[in-house]
Amino acid sequence: MNMIAETKLEPKQVQTMQNSFKMLGRNVTVHYGAKQALFDVNLAIRQNTVTALIGPSGCGKSTFLRCLNRMNDTIDNCRVGGEITLEGQDIYDPSIDVVELRARVGMVFQKPNPFPKSIYENVAYGPRIHGLARSKVDFDQIVETSLIKAGLWNEVKDRLHEAGTGLSGGQQQRLCIARAVAVSPEVILMDEPCSALDPIATAKVEELIHELRSNYTIVIVTHSMQQAARVSQRTAMFHLGQLVEENDTDKIFTNPDESRTQDYIMGRFG
Amino acid sequence: MTSSMLILIVALIGIFAYFAGRIRAAGSNGRTHSRPGYHGAYVALSALIPALALVLVWSIAAPIYINGKVHAALPSDLKSDPAIEALSFNSVVGISRGLETIPASEVAAARSGTKTWNEVLAAGNVPVAGDLRPEIISAAQSMNAMTESSRSTLAAIAVAVSLVGGFLGYRRVSARFRARNLVERVILVGLVLCSSIAILTTIGIVFSMLSEAVRFFAVVPPHQFFFGTVWDPRFAAAGSGGAGGQFGLIPLLAGTLYIAFVAMLFAVPVGLFSAIYMSEYASPKFRALAKPALEVLAGIPTIVYGFFALTAVGPFLRDLSSSLNHLVTGDASNFIQAQSVITAGIVMGIMLIPFVSSLSDDIITQVPRSLRDGSLGLGATRSETIKKVVLPAALPGIVGALLLTASRAVGETMIVVLAAGVAARLQLNPFEPMTTVTVKIVNQLTGDLEFTSPQTLVAFALGITLFAITLMLNIYALYIVRKYREQYE
Repeated sequence: MNMIAETKLEPKQVQTMQNSFKMLGRNVTVHYGAKQALFDVNLAIRQNTVTALIGPSGCGKSTFLRCLNRMNDTIDNCRVGGEITLEGQDIYDPSIDVVELRARVGMVFQKPNPFPKSIYENVAYGPRIHGLARSKVDFDQIVETSLIKAGLWNEVKDRLHEAGTGLSGGQQQRLCIARAVAVSPEVILMDEPCSALDPIATAKVEELIHELRSNYTIVIVTHSMQQAARVSQRTAMFHLGQLVEENDTDKIFTNPDESRTQDYIMGRFG
Repeated sequence: MTSSMLILIVALIGIFAYFAGRIRAAGSNGRTHSRPGYHGAYVALSALIPALALVLVWSIAAPIYINGKVHAALPSDLKSDPAIEALSFNSVVGISRGLETIPASEVAAARSGTKTWNEVLAAGNVPVAGDLRPEIISAAQSMNAMTESSRSTLAAIAVAVSLVGGFLGYRRVSARFRARNLVERVILVGLVLCSSIAILTTIGIVFSMLSEAVRFFAVVPPHQFFFGTVWDPRFAAAGSGGAGGQFGLIPLLAGTLYIAFVAMLFAVPVGLFSAIYMSEYASPKFRALAKPALEVLAGIPTIVYGFFALTAVGPFLRDLSSSLNHLVTGDASNFIQAQSVITAGIVMGIMLIPFVSSLSDDIITQVPRSLRDGSLGLGATRSETIKKVVLPAALPGIVGALLLTASRAVGETMIVVLAAGVAARLQLNPFEPMTTVTVKIVNQLTGDLEFTSPQTLVAFALGITLFAITLMLNIYALYIVRKYREQYE
């Protein structure tokens, strides 16, 4: 725990921060082999808030996102340093079960990736592996509420047993959100969830993110300034593997502290 | 002039034409449509293609024409019996070949009568019958004369065609001439020809088997072949009606399918699980080492597996069964024969493991990473992800791979010969010997034989049956694999 000394925070202060924040990353570093992708990132994720991670390509924002539910574990030669806590608990602690962590911190990916199964089975997949439901009625209930929460129910309720891959791109992405929601996570990570979607589908997903905020903590990586401004309350700007600044979205987009943020938002680089 | 000389000359003309076309194109005013190389290639092709096509057609047609002439010129008493006619024609051909190698002085000596033709030909290592008729000699000489004149005519015409073609091509070269398009088309035609050779060969094989099989079915009625339960081609069984034996396919087919089934029973789980390990769990280092090592197994000749079965697996199973029997009943007799279905099945299964694992590994790695991430991101464990997402997604492809493997198992011969024996029996005990279609094909076609008796012709009927089975398996496998591919592309 020498990191506490390094960040010059009193243990008591840390405790308060961990209580008020859902997730907290301190001095997070990531190496891919010999290449360092993240440098001492300190970032707090607030409860029931949409936090947008912005920055030019290769700045480390997706890498940071994938640290939050340890998806980086699946990449060979990736090393994560520092400390990330979920409600005060270090998620990289050996005692943490990564399966349980990912059930609490769900993820929606850049490209819609429904399983080659029916719509129903796609949504029921998570509850099934975690044993969240016993009877068929319970499953039906979970599938229905998840699809309603993802705003997809009305479009698919008559064809729940058709292939999930047969849906349109936007519907597939909302199906993936429903799939993540079905496990009742506390945090949902979204890695550029709209980059493969057309404007109309994007608008629907953004609307959905708004609604989900009341029940979930959301972290979203996006390349679109407008999207970050529309959906998020807090924004974190990354550049070259470092966190440039993090603040209220309004503040970042109107009066950022750092000139690099200003330049990026104005489209001068990235 | 020999034909290789001729081809060399035509090729030289082609090379000359290439450079001539190139230079002319490079020297023309303004920007040419095609680069000079294409013009050169066009001129070369127009010099080469007609001339070489002529050489090809001529060298097929001329011998047919000459042989016809020789046949017609044979004395009529030799033509009365087809067998004698064929014999004397053969000696004409033999002598005509011999005359080309015998020194001219010897030939002159024979002509002038100082030596007999028999002496001269025998000295030239040409086998001749005792009573050599002068007509045969003269026919051979006229045959040689015709061949010689045909050759020189061909050479003259081919060189002329090549020159004219090259000249015509050369004259077309100009700035606006689209040589590139024409050359590209010639290349396309060449590629199409090459790929049709493979297809035509397959069709040729099928037809040659079919025609022999039809001859077999003229002697043995198809229902006796396809539904007969006794395989005994050598001796006529009592009451079977003089066909010279019984040709029942069923025992062979049963043996084939049984041994293939046992082999798949061993190969599928082992191969599939090793594929899962290789593609999902193994570290890149281990994978880079183990995968080629596993694939080396696929390169071992099957006869070597046969040795392994004969000297290791078979005796081991036999001794094992005898010890087991001794332990349980106190009687030390073995219940597994050294040559048995199970021996062949196990060894063939070992042979098939690399096929199953390599093909399945390719298919499993093709399942997009995003699906794995999606499942892992929901908190599924690795094995849950494999069981519930990766394998179902890869299943059609894996089934296709297994069918391809099965068609290999059905066609396997050498392992069966050594490990399961050659006894065609219809029974269910996997510890007893059985045999397969392929083994019986080998059996029927080894040794001195003539392709007229049903005993040899049956091999073609067996072959075509086997071909039909593996063809259907392969078509079905390809259909499934293709259907699977459409899902992700």
